[in-house]
Amino acid sequence: MVDPVLSVRGLKVDFGGEGRSVPVVRGVDFDVYPNEVLCIVGESGSGKSVTSLAVTGLLSETARVDGSIRLCGIDVTTAAPETLRQMRGRDVGFIFQDPTTTLNPVLTVGRQITEGEVAHGRLKKADAHARAAELLREVDIADPQGRAGQYPHQFSGGMRQRAVIAMAMAGQPKLIIADEPTTALDVTVQAQVLAVLARRQAELGSAVILITHDLGVVAEVADRVAVMYGGRIVETAPVAEIFASPRHPYTRALLRSVPRIDTSDSRLDPIPGQPPIPGALPKGCAFQPRCAVGRDQPLCVAEEPSLSAVGDNRQSACHFAEKLPAETMAAEPRIHAEAPPSKPEPLLAVEGLKVHFPVKTGVLRRTTGWVKAVDGVSLSVNPGETVSLVGESGCGKTTTGRAIMGLIKATGGSIRFAGRSIRDLDGGAMRKARREMQYVFQDPYASLNPVKSVEDIVAEPLRIHGIYDEMGGARRIAELFDMVGLSRTMLGRFPSEFSGGQKQRIGIARALALQPKLLILDEPVAALDVSIQAQVINLLQDLQRELGLAYLFIAHNLSVVRHVSDRVAVMYLGRIVEESSRDGLYDLPVHPYTQSLLSAAPVPDPAVRDTRRRIVLEGEIPNPASPPTGCTFHPRCFRATPLCSAEAPVFDRYLDFPTRTACHHAGPLAEGHRNIFAPGVLEAAT
Amino acid sequence: MSRFLRKTLSILARLMASKGSALALIFLATITLLAVFADFLPLNPVAQKLANALKGPSATNWFGTDELGRDILARVVFGARTSLLTAGGAVAIAALAGVPIGLVAGFFGGWRDAALMRFVDVLLALPAILFAMAMIAVLGRSQAAALIAVGLTGIPSFARITRAQVLTLRKRDFVTAVEAFGGTATYNMFRTILPNSWSPIFVQVVVLCSVAILLEAALSFLGVGVPPPTPSWGEMLRTGKSYLHEAPYYAVLPGIVLTLTILSFDVLGRALSGLLEGRRDAVVAPKAEEVTS
Repeated sequence: MVDPVLSVRGLKVDFGGEGRSVPVVRGVDFDVYPNEVLCIVGESGSGKSVTSLAVTGLLSETARVDGSIRLCGIDVTTAAPETLRQMRGRDVGFIFQDPTTTLNPVLTVGRQITEGEVAHGRLKKADAHARAAELLREVDIADPQGRAGQYPHQFSGGMRQRAVIAMAMAGQPKLIIADEPTTALDVTVQAQVLAVLARRQAELGSAVILITHDLGVVAEVADRVAVMYGGRIVETAPVAEIFASPRHPYTRALLRSVPRIDTSDSRLDPIPGQPPIPGALPKGCAFQPRCAVGRDQPLCVAEEPSLSAVGDNRQSACHFAEKLPAETMAAEPRIHAEAPPSKPEPLLAVEGLKVHFPVKTGVLRRTTGWVKAVDGVSLSVNPGETVSLVGESGCGKTTTGRAIMGLIKATGGSIRFAGRSIRDLDGGAMRKARREMQYVFQDPYASLNPVKSVEDIVAEPLRIHGIYDEMGGARRIAELFDMVGLSRTMLGRFPSEFSGGQKQRIGIARALALQPKLLILDEPVAALDVSIQAQVINLLQDLQRELGLAYLFIAHNLSVVRHVSDRVAVMYLGRIVEESSRDGLYDLPVHPYTQSLLSAAPVPDPAVRDTRRRIVLEGEIPNPASPPTGCTFHPRCFRATPLCSAEAPVFDRYLDFPTRTACHHAGPLAEGHRNIFAPGVLEAAT
Repeated sequence: MSRFLRKTLSILARLMASKGSALALIFLATITLLAVFADFLPLNPVAQKLANALKGPSATNWFGTDELGRDILARVVFGARTSLLTAGGAVAIAALAGVPIGLVAGFFGGWRDAALMRFVDVLLALPAILFAMAMIAVLGRSQAAALIAVGLTGIPSFARITRAQVLTLRKRDFVTAVEAFGGTATYNMFRTILPNSWSPIFVQVVVLCSVAILLEAALSFLGVGVPPPTPSWGEMLRTGKSYLHEAPYYAVLPGIVLTLTILSFDVLGRALSGLLEGRRDAVVAPKAEEVTS
């Protein structure tokens, strides 16, 4: 058998000084072989990033590392700094999460990607530019000669990440470590970057460690998977097996808690509680307090299970691994459902909404152009209904939400709420109108005032409107806490004492304080850990049912959107390109952008990854300050004709479908196919 | 309010934990207590005993006596009252004007920002000591003149610090959130942004205190400060320098007290800014989110 590129045994990493050292990684063993992609999956605090940094000796000096790490025959824990430096340049390549901060803004991209090779004396300075162009060409960057001389800010996000991949691959490393390489990217760009990464990896035969929290990405690229929890690997297995029959309760629970784009929309099954904090781990098995199998079992509380074999090639760290009932995690077919017909009087009706921001240049701050962030958006939300607004970053979905809320001034169009126009209301009238309409922010860390107690935060809307006593005062606040599933004992605490999921519950409680009819939810679960997302989604669905709330759900995660929505609208560059009932849109998309968006979304099912064809879009979202002529999507569209660049399509009903779309060449991908996620469907189109 | 008390106590406790800031705090507390309760002490700063003029430190006159036979210790203690009152008044003027200016300028931006900050720039162009002397030329020698002069020249620092703070907080989600559920601009400025801006403002209070004390001493030293017979440290330095040969303690002892006071304020200011600005990150253990991903 081939020797592993990397072999880790008994790795332990502690942070902090005397007395209170915090164990972040607590005994990790794994091997990575040439030409293998190992995905390390885990939530925040599971120790996955620290493991990858420890492997190459890149941890800061406050970290204490124990155990043995052999990388290409070198023992990293004992090697001299110079040996490590040589090794990093030659044998290991890194791809970090955020390409914006990985690249040095004052050096040209070409210089940066060849810097390592020049420094290690393998490349002459004079040849560097040609080599840079060659490397950029290998990662599919157009005009590599010209691009090599440009600076990082002239690159888009996806291009930057491809340049980082080029840099990591430049030395033909034996091992590539990619830490959340696509988390900061949009879904269509993520598809491009993963494709480039996979192709280059196959060409070089490198081993790859890919760290991610996204099970869809895992299913797309992994050969083997290691699941980390509380600083340890709790299960490792080949990718197909881990998705088909997980042998650790945490893996099972994780797979079950993620909304899937391709399966039935039964209620999510969240993992109760919070991920453990290093330094305050529960006794015995770290997962035991949240475990459906082992909770409060004397054995699980008393003893931490070791990682042991549970069949060929796979291991699990669970006392009950052998006793877990065999259970298939395969996708259940989804039943196509039509949304109920719209009621005559929508709660929120937006017509032709426009938000244009002036671009000011020069000393005199003259307006030289307009960024059309939102350019003619029409949508309606009925009472008790969830309408989702989906799109990639920069498409204007958040601006739309904030303009409806009156937080950004609309430039044109009409916004009617409960039958009356709320656009251009003056301060006082707008404040009254807002009582019925509330906003939940994406980042629960930033949306709560750090100096107020959470009781005051939830009470603040009532106090501002002077109805605190009228609404029941402290009793009302306690009720709101019950409603969002927080203990009343937490009332006096401050936001910093809460976890992300709990903070988002507080944000929801505050939004509910004024008894609104409509909530605008701006990416309410995007900043949360996977296992916590399910809890918050379930809470939102329960509240909607109990209180008859209408939701305008703004998101980029297509799986979450499919799970929560009644109707879905897809935005591209400030316009809605397609709008339909949920299943109408997901099962039979007619706009090419929707089709490629859906095909690019990773599906957490490794069984379909080789058969499913993707439409990988070229390029990225253009700059909204200078949008393309005609249909703004035409430069990236696979159906574009000369008509598309000449004339903008009208947003109108497509045949007798429940769908409205703006495309000259709208139409399903292939006649007769109703499920875009079934293998083979997309082949006809590409 | 109890939270405010708790926070203050915890900050005090942390200041006391380091030797330098503990000494500074104890020194300033002593000076302040002496100045406040000076009337109840057996000290008289104006009683003259000409026969007893220019006597060195003794059991009855710990700091010695001046050219009129007055007790120098008594004059130092009552002089502290002058210094601290000037400092307190000046800081009050500077903060009460500067903080709202910074809040409004930063919050609304646009023409309000431009107008207010240009006004602040004008104030900034005035050298404090010249401005104070001009004030005294108009108003005559009085404590009020020094106090107003230092106060007005202190406005820019508060306005700028507050404005910078507002600009970083203005676009934060929790401020937008208050707007979303109907809070007015005034509510947001004073109830949401201001409570989050206390740390740098408070540090500036301490810094301006030492500036004010120094300026008051300088004015008195030049002979345009508080009119006699009110005791002032600067005044004592001025008279004392004439007797530097025969009675060195006369100028040196008040000088040491003045130096220590300024030093204490500076030490305290630096310790506070370290403590308050680092506050949010200074957690006991590295948080899970910081260690990974």
